Amino acid sequence: MSPRRMPAASDAVGWREEPLRITVDGEPVDGVAGQTIAGVLLAAGRLAWRRAPSGAPRGVFCGIGVCFDCLVTVGAERDVRACRRRARDGDVVTTQSRGTGDGEPPDAPRGVDEGGEVPHGDDL
Amino acid sequence: MTLRQVVVIGAGPAGMAAAEAALRAGAGVTLIDAAENPGGQYHRTLPDAYAPAHPQRLTRDRRAFDRRRRLLLGHPRCTWWPETVVWALERRDPDGTDGAPPPRVHLLHGPADGSGRRRSTVDPDALVLAVGAHDRVLPFPGWELPGVFTAGAAQALVKGERVVVGDQVVVAGTGPFLLPVAAALAQAGAQVRAVLEANVPGTVVRGWSRRAGELAAHAAKALELAKYTAELARHRVPYRFGRAVMAARGAGRVEEVVTARLRADWSVVPGSERSAAVDALCVSHGFSPQLELPLAAGCALRGRTPASPEGAFVAVDADQRTSVPGVYAAGEITGIAGAPAARAEGTIAGWSAGGGSPGDAALRRVRRHRDQGRAFAARLARAHPIGPAWPGWLEPQTVICRCEETDYDQLRRAVTHPASATARVAKLQTRAGLGPCQARICGPTVAELAARLRAGPAEHPLQGLPSATPHHRPIAQPIRLGELAAPPAEHAAPTTAPAPTKESE
Repeated sequence: MSPRRMPAASDAVGWREEPLRITVDGEPVDGVAGQTIAGVLLAAGRLAWRRAPSGAPRGVFCGIGVCFDCLVTVGAERDVRACRRRARDGDVVTTQSRGTGDGEPPDAPRGVDEGGEVPHGDDL
Repeated sequence: MTLRQVVVIGAGPAGMAAAEAALRAGAGVTLIDAAENPGGQYHRTLPDAYAPAHPQRLTRDRRAFDRRRRLLLGHPRCTWWPETVVWALERRDPDGTDGAPPPRVHLLHGPADGSGRRRSTVDPDALVLAVGAHDRVLPFPGWELPGVFTAGAAQALVKGERVVVGDQVVVAGTGPFLLPVAAALAQAGAQVRAVLEANVPGTVVRGWSRRAGELAAHAAKALELAKYTAELARHRVPYRFGRAVMAARGAGRVEEVVTARLRADWSVVPGSERSAAVDALCVSHGFSPQLELPLAAGCALRGRTPASPEGAFVAVDADQRTSVPGVYAAGEITGIAGAPAARAEGTIAGWSAGGGSPGDAALRRVRRHRDQGRAFAARLARAHPIGPAWPGWLEPQTVICRCEETDYDQLRRAVTHPASATARVAKLQTRAGLGPCQARICGPTVAELAARLRAGPAEHPLQGLPSATPHHRPIAQPIRLGELAAPPAEHAAPTTAPAPTKESE
């Protein structure tokens, strides 16, 4: 129930998986050469890594460098758009928060329990 | 004789065609793009490190694209600058004097948002702007939740690195672009639960079939869309009209979407709401052209709308000239018409910019394609408009500015209060548009909502200040202070400047 990377072996495009490893807040995350940092994080099942001013979680939105939702710190470089930066083996990635302090717990995420009950159906 | 130097910004379909035509006209060309490979969003390719054996399975018109790419990258008069961003255009004629050269182009070479990127400047004899567009997404409750993507993001991830955004996906919004995105996701193994076109069938059919005699000229585009529809049918993906996502819900990520039936004006049909479990939602309500560089160059715009009060697109003449001497525009910034039209516009722009004769016989056919492309754009806009009643699905707490988390209620209070009713004051008070994206995402929406809430576009700029508009960004791309402090390298004729290699960055 998460984003994932297609395995090269079953992809008709026929490409090569050259593994790389980055760390995100100290934890190792595996990807393949050529992926963006956002791609590595998504494929590892991480949908969100940045916090908005209220503490609400954010990840990729526009995917092409326009929205700045996916900003991370790479090494000593702050505010790098993860969707635009290719991951390099050994990259040390730190997540960012626009809130008052890093790592503060999120507010009640918006969009939750705000509407009334609506009928659930498979037929959209 | 010194060679005429043309700088082309953007290496998508329009920019690549412009570069080729300018070379054919005899000019020297510098082609600039933020990406590592030419192609833009349309011809997005897998990274070199993936070494794809069958890349043609991911890209349309692959053979023509490969031919053009080889020609450009191998041409002795063409300099290709990958991973290069234009952070400013500096007008050399601030007073608009006749005969002034086009603006100086300020560049940064190196990995995206790096800290040690090399700075340089180029003074072109002619400048072609082909910077393209990005998805426009209207706000709705929960659109800021992780797992809600633009349709373009989903496509870029699947085409660019084979990452699929989710297993249970809804693709929603308006426009034919929803189809290739849904098809790419389905092919990559996602279960696309539905493609939801917000416009009702009547709007779409009337828009496409107006002056049906002209439709034959768009046969190739129609065929392409038919292929996607067939692909979706094969994957049993329903394609519904007059239905939209009203809200995304979930704890810390999207877990379900609420959809509802819409009328022609996009007002919600009461009682038609339904929810469905998803792990990703992809949305697009059309495209926003990237206007910061055209505006920095001083180009006049056309087509005022409530969302773009100063004009939605760059105004160009029959030779793709903008209002600024020596500056040409091509592709989605002149109108959303798709890749074939962008290529035709690029060819005309590049040929003119390179000093080619406007009466050239070969250009006649291209002009016809361009005009067909413009007709297609008009048809597209009529068939897939944004319905005026869309704000009906906003709630007071719905986030409008994603960066600053300004909600609808805050915006409404600011723009309807007499003391803060001008856009500039409202912006400072709500901070909408002042965050990291600099109003790229919310700008048109804030402009439109503010104009409606004020019940009219009566916007009086503060004395001595220009009107606050959604697209003005003097710094077009982020630059770090250290990079700004470093002196730029001067480029002589671009053909003699060494192209930066990845190793040197």
